[in-house]
Amino acid sequence: MYDIRFTVNGQPEHATVPATMTLLDLLRDRLALTGTKEGCGIGECGACTVLLDGKPITSCLMLAVEADGHDIETIEGEAVGGGLSVLQQAFIDTGAIQCGFCTPGMIMSARGLLNRTPDPSDENIVEAIAGNLCRCTGYEAIIAAVRLAADRLAGAKQGRGQS
Amino acid sequence: MTRELKYVGKPIARADAVDKVTGAAQYTHDLCLHGMLHTALVLSPHASARIVSIDIEKAEQVQGVRAVLTGNGLCYQLGLYLQDKCILARDIVRYHGEPVVAIAADTLDIANAACRLVEVQYEALPSLLDPRDAMEESAHLVHPDLHTYNYMKGVFFPKAHSNIAHHQKIRKGDFDRAFEKADIRLTASFYNPPVQHVPMETHAAVAQALPGNRIEIWTSSQSPYTVRHLLSVCFGLPHADVRVHVPYVGGGFGGKAGLGLEPLAYVLSRAAGGRPVKVVATREQEFNTLPSRQGLHSTIEIATSNDGKIVALKSTYIWDAGAYADYGVNIGRSAAYSGAGPYSIDNCWIDSYVVYTNKVFGTAFRGFGHLEVLWGIERAMDLMARKLGMDPVEFRKRNLLKEGDTTITGEAFTSGHGNPQQCLEAVAEAIEWRTPSAPPIEPHKVRGKGIAMLHKAPAMPTSTSCAVVIKLDEDGGADVLVSGVDYGQGTYTVLRQIAAEELRIPIEKVHITWECDTAFSPYDWQTVASRFAYMGGNAIIEAAADCLDQIRFVAAQALDVAPEDLECEHGTVYPKGHPDRGIPYSQLALGYTFENGNSIGGPIIGHGRFIAKGLTHLDPDTGQGLPAQFWTYGAHSVEVEVDTETGEIEILNIVSALDAGKVLNPKLCVGQVVGGVVQGLGSALWEGFVFDEKGRLLNPAFVDYKIPTAKDIPHRTQQILLENPQPGGPYGARGVAEHPMISIPSAIGNALYDALGIEFTTLPLNYERILTRIREKAESS
Repeated sequence: MYDIRFTVNGQPEHATVPATMTLLDLLRDRLALTGTKEGCGIGECGACTVLLDGKPITSCLMLAVEADGHDIETIEGEAVGGGLSVLQQAFIDTGAIQCGFCTPGMIMSARGLLNRTPDPSDENIVEAIAGNLCRCTGYEAIIAAVRLAADRLAGAKQGRGQS
Repeated sequence: MTRELKYVGKPIARADAVDKVTGAAQYTHDLCLHGMLHTALVLSPHASARIVSIDIEKAEQVQGVRAVLTGNGLCYQLGLYLQDKCILARDIVRYHGEPVVAIAADTLDIANAACRLVEVQYEALPSLLDPRDAMEESAHLVHPDLHTYNYMKGVFFPKAHSNIAHHQKIRKGDFDRAFEKADIRLTASFYNPPVQHVPMETHAAVAQALPGNRIEIWTSSQSPYTVRHLLSVCFGLPHADVRVHVPYVGGGFGGKAGLGLEPLAYVLSRAAGGRPVKVVATREQEFNTLPSRQGLHSTIEIATSNDGKIVALKSTYIWDAGAYADYGVNIGRSAAYSGAGPYSIDNCWIDSYVVYTNKVFGTAFRGFGHLEVLWGIERAMDLMARKLGMDPVEFRKRNLLKEGDTTITGEAFTSGHGNPQQCLEAVAEAIEWRTPSAPPIEPHKVRGKGIAMLHKAPAMPTSTSCAVVIKLDEDGGADVLVSGVDYGQGTYTVLRQIAAEELRIPIEKVHITWECDTAFSPYDWQTVASRFAYMGGNAIIEAAADCLDQIRFVAAQALDVAPEDLECEHGTVYPKGHPDRGIPYSQLALGYTFENGNSIGGPIIGHGRFIAKGLTHLDPDTGQGLPAQFWTYGAHSVEVEVDTETGEIEILNIVSALDAGKVLNPKLCVGQVVGGVVQGLGSALWEGFVFDEKGRLLNPAFVDYKIPTAKDIPHRTQQILLENPQPGGPYGARGVAEHPMISIPSAIGNALYDALGIEFTTLPLNYERILTRIREKAESS
């Protein structure tokens, strides 16, 4: 068993975990953060995507012990101050959701992209979500959602700059 | 004056959107009950074998193992249409991946470890992998006891002592005579491999065996009431003693219709002394243990006059049902009664055989056999057009169903069916059909355009019904209870729009209870066949009317006005023309109280229902009858670009036109079309099971079985939604959710001919197949 310390959505956490436990199981089974989904268990579908120090990773392929000393962000941390984030609202506005099972991972991949590339091209967006499988939407509305969120965030920033 | 619609027809956002973008939506995968056990399975490594012995002794001794079950002792036959399936394999295994032993333990790790200690001895048997071989009289029987199975009589016709689980016949006119006399004839054969639905949430069920032979189940299912009914029949329990909950469902596409893992979870819980047991399919099991879409071998014969009128059409459809055909039989039936495409054909002969083989078994998949059948029909239409020297669009127009025609089952085609010709013309115009594709810049690339028609009706029993309950809340809002499942289609949002419209209240005040629970939610048959918005919508309209009748009845006494002189708007009931004298619903929802304290009325609860109207069984010998509550017609046109050096194909544009009758929510409707088109693209270009010569599935994982990713979508898609109203549909709507997927492969196959001059007859149209055919063509020329 290993003692690990890390943060999840800004909250300090401490856990004692076996060497074989995945980060996904730690989040879902120990911390009850079931917004992160398991779609394949072998890193092929992206449903389990979370951010590790701001970058998207597939939590089913990472061992819990590897999270020691790192900052984890999950879908549960995306909404801010009781309201939805710009990204979440954009997913709703473009109709980017159907069954919703891929949505948390998709939003986390998009969040990772916007963290590093605030004004992404469509190619950047496609690249960022290419590892997230969605069987319902056909991706068009998801790509539009990320574009819309980037535009709105840029607009808000520009608005602040002018004032 | 027609009242202006406030919500119906508007792009209202999904009712479940906030739950889904925040991670708050709870799926069966997420469910955890106190004391819950986890399950692992031992699967058959053979496609066909006799089970000689199973040694579970070591597994039973593992600390933390609570139940170990084999097929012995589980003498149950399960099924919706044909009871041919057991919970775990008994005596023989019929496909590679079939569950043989199930172990429930404190943790999944323990269950998996215990599975590795189970020893099963098999005696391998010859495996039947091609349904055409399985139809031979000398073929071994996948189900030697087929003649003893229960099935839906009068609808399905299993052939005793054969591998044929169902034979659907369609006979109209005199095919032989018309074919003989025709000017031009064509015969062509086609093949679709089995494919997987790939819902992002794999199948999952939690079951608890309760004292007094009661069952409580939570399941990722499209069919709460069908699960309840089949479990009740199987285990001989009163229906009320089986309670089924369906929380959020992570995709279904037909694969979660009927029964899934629920019976297994229940018998494990029973064996574990009533502890709740969770069974979750791994992704690999989703591919090789749970059902898929059936493969299909088609042979199509068409005869026309010299001027391009189809005079006769004959099809033989041989469905690769796999090891069990419970659901497959209904696909063989429904794809037969629409098995000639949306065309007027006076002389038609169809044989549709659903045939057992030793492969993972088939079930419903979005389109219910129509993608498969129309792969052949719509490719054959292009082949025939070419033989006639006619433009494929003109050839289709010449033959499409029009008012006054009859379908191949003898149903009169009316203007209420919608307009297939408008769909065809719309997609032809949008893709600039008359203008050849612009040549690509790179010399090794070529472009082409293709077109294909589609049609489908709900495949459901003649007695299919559903009900809706609306409870008025203290604040004048409404709770709507239904038992259809919204596993992504958006139907709950549409039903909410209709409820708000009909109840005359703001949409924010309408709440659809997300978790179906057979203890509280009223009956619905199953959420399949693109019939939920149609049937549920009609039931909502009736339930809302019932609420308004009750509101007017009580308000009439309160206002001393006749009920018929009252009208409702903005959540208020008032004498006609006097909105200022109204009573808000909130003062009536639980009963109305006069100033002196006297009270009348009581809680307002409305009830609505709908049952399929006028459907008949099909004649067993001719297939004539009325199988369809409604038909939905549509068409796709596509433009493709092919790299002749690599076989890679780029989809430049897909235009889809569907006659929706009435678009209840354009945002959600477009979402269904785009999603269906891309799922159809998967069937067209990449997806298909690959088996080795022993019948072992070689690609049960995303590494080897590719579904479309964000990188694979068309450069452009266009959606054209026509609104020729459906009589009897809510606001004139008809179902559209499955249809966008149908005929995508056909349109691409036709475009590939235009680009390459090569006729493709086998799916998927992957780069390897395309490149191989390009090289073959180059070598032969």
